[in-house]
Amino acid sequence: MKRTAFAAVSAFAVMASNVAVAEPQAEVLHWWTSGGEAKAVAVLQEEFASKGGTWTDMPVAGGGGDAAMTALRARVLAGNAPTAVQLKGPAIQEWYEEGVLADISSVADANGWAEVLPESIANHMKCEGTWCAAPVNVHRIDWIWANAEVLEANGITMPTTWEEFNAAAEKLQAAGVIPLAHGGQAWQDATVFEAVALGILGPEGFRKAFVDLDADTLTSDGMVAVFDQMRKMRSYVDDNFSGRDWNLATAMVMNGEAAFQIMGDWAKGEFLAAGKVPGEDFLCQSTPGDGFLYNVDSFAMFNVDGDDKKAGQDLLAELIVGQNFQKVFNLNKGSIPARVDVALDEFDSCAHTSAEDMNASAANGSLLPSYAHGMALRGAQAGAITDVVTAHFNSDISSADAVQMLAEAVANSM
Amino acid sequence: MTKWLETHLPKMVLAPSFIAVLVFVYGFIAWTAWVSLTRSRLLPRYEIEGFIQYKRLFAAPRWDTAMNNLFIFGALFIIIAMVLGLLLAILLDQKIRTEGVIRTIYLYPMALSMIVTGTAWKWILNPGLGIEATVQGWGFEGFSFDWLVDPDMAIYTIVIAAVWQSSGFVMALFLAGLRSVDEEIIKAAQVDGIPTWRIYSAIIIPSMGPIFMSAFIVLAHLAIKSFDLVIALTGGGPGYATDLPATYMYAMAFSRGDIGQAASSAMIMMLVVFAIVVPYLYSELRAKND
Repeated sequence: MKRTAFAAVSAFAVMASNVAVAEPQAEVLHWWTSGGEAKAVAVLQEEFASKGGTWTDMPVAGGGGDAAMTALRARVLAGNAPTAVQLKGPAIQEWYEEGVLADISSVADANGWAEVLPESIANHMKCEGTWCAAPVNVHRIDWIWANAEVLEANGITMPTTWEEFNAAAEKLQAAGVIPLAHGGQAWQDATVFEAVALGILGPEGFRKAFVDLDADTLTSDGMVAVFDQMRKMRSYVDDNFSGRDWNLATAMVMNGEAAFQIMGDWAKGEFLAAGKVPGEDFLCQSTPGDGFLYNVDSFAMFNVDGDDKKAGQDLLAELIVGQNFQKVFNLNKGSIPARVDVALDEFDSCAHTSAEDMNASAANGSLLPSYAHGMALRGAQAGAITDVVTAHFNSDISSADAVQMLAEAVANSM
Repeated sequence: MTKWLETHLPKMVLAPSFIAVLVFVYGFIAWTAWVSLTRSRLLPRYEIEGFIQYKRLFAAPRWDTAMNNLFIFGALFIIIAMVLGLLLAILLDQKIRTEGVIRTIYLYPMALSMIVTGTAWKWILNPGLGIEATVQGWGFEGFSFDWLVDPDMAIYTIVIAAVWQSSGFVMALFLAGLRSVDEEIIKAAQVDGIPTWRIYSAIIIPSMGPIFMSAFIVLAHLAIKSFDLVIALTGGGPGYATDLPATYMYAMAFSRGDIGQAASSAMIMMLVVFAIVVPYLYSELRAKND
């Protein structure tokens, strides 16, 4: 009896392994493990399986991807990299320089990625001219969210300049409403900072400062003005903001305790989950000034051995940039598709604004990578800037000193 | 054969752990030292570039903050925990009836992980939820206790939580020390009519030198490797006002892909530990040789 069972099992195993050779295989390392994100990944899994692929899920939660990066480092050093890894921004090129990324140009060319992706986003997916990653979505960072009822009660419209914002904030403060809901975590300070910087320096100045790290721009009068505005922002925040999570700050806007929040469009997910309607209960608008700061999630493809894994990689890349996945995933995630030819009928009004603005700024060159979310700079430089921003925001350092510290920190991080 | 075994068996039994320590402690220290001399970013590289990472480290204001915090936190934590622990131990030593219960209560915080301690104190010290809100709710509108969100005071909240966690343990150490002092001497002193505080200050405490030393070593290494408490209580904030060397190293290695920088900070941390432990080991060894 035991013998037959064993024989049956081993026969099955042989069969299974025979099938596996023909099947596309993909092991996917990601950190989308919560609510809407997990649902969004499940969409990709199902689609992959329906095309005959075998998906090995490798979710590593925690630390905003830090834990996943640690796992990735161990796997790469052991010479056994996963097929695809959730990576973004210059980190992709950083891994490419370590010589571990694969070339998926054949898939990209066959599917015409160059035509459907905005150029500045496409550039993040290329490593020295070859395609090495596939974009999933576009999050916009420079959003300002507001409680419609609170604004109406105080006779305020959505601000289109920072002066208007300051005037509105002072009016709200006098009326006993917290003007700005904010969580005192370094990345949130950086998020507000880059929205302010984009508004005050303008798209060209922002690019010089946070993409090119131009020393003159970093120490310019414009940058002093940015820090001056940050000092004002600090006074619009309640005393208890330290360490607060971003979603708790969003809840403050939702229940009318605070009027505004500056946060990427994942905040929209919180509003929608609470049954709020965009345009009626809450308002969304880009922060004062021109330009569009994006945070694009993507999957980088690593060098793998074996035809089944390579086939899996190609299939995965094709599906990720495919119209169906781009639509369904982004409906779940609250972002907008990276490719510009997806029908947006099922998306909400904020997503429509986002998509229109993205196309417009792609055309006039003001589509810019977010520094606070690791799109513009490598970890060491972005971290050095964030250190200065958060130190200034949480103390009484003068703007002139902060600018000096900024230039020194950037030079020291090289 | 048996003779050969007799002489070599102890070495053979010890060899695996000896090799393990050699590789996993000293080997990795050497590896870290090597990497700290390179320009490693995302992955370790092995071309030596000199002391560039140390120069960067000492130029970083955040590292200064971290080291200052370590000295403030370390000094206050060790002193307060020892004084409080000794005081509690002396009070418990008065042969009171419910000693067992009280001892357990004081020792209990030690059973909690630092994460739990940090999270609980985060809520207690939060101005909008905890002590400040409660006292203001009682009608004392002017009451303010916002150390947790004050960049200049936040490091002291970590001292409070760490002392709360560890002073019970120090108490237990001292209590054992107090009990190990010869009853006869104490009785003799009592017969001579020496007041109790004199018995403690002149007889019992001076004879507890080794206990003070072990308590100091235990607390010092707790202070230097403190990481989870900071992460749970303040997350290093406000800003990076409560960063410690361990959290700095973690941020560099795992969030920023700057392994060389992380390695150099790890080496400095190790030197700090050496500065404390080596004199201790030296005095211990010398005492044995005498």
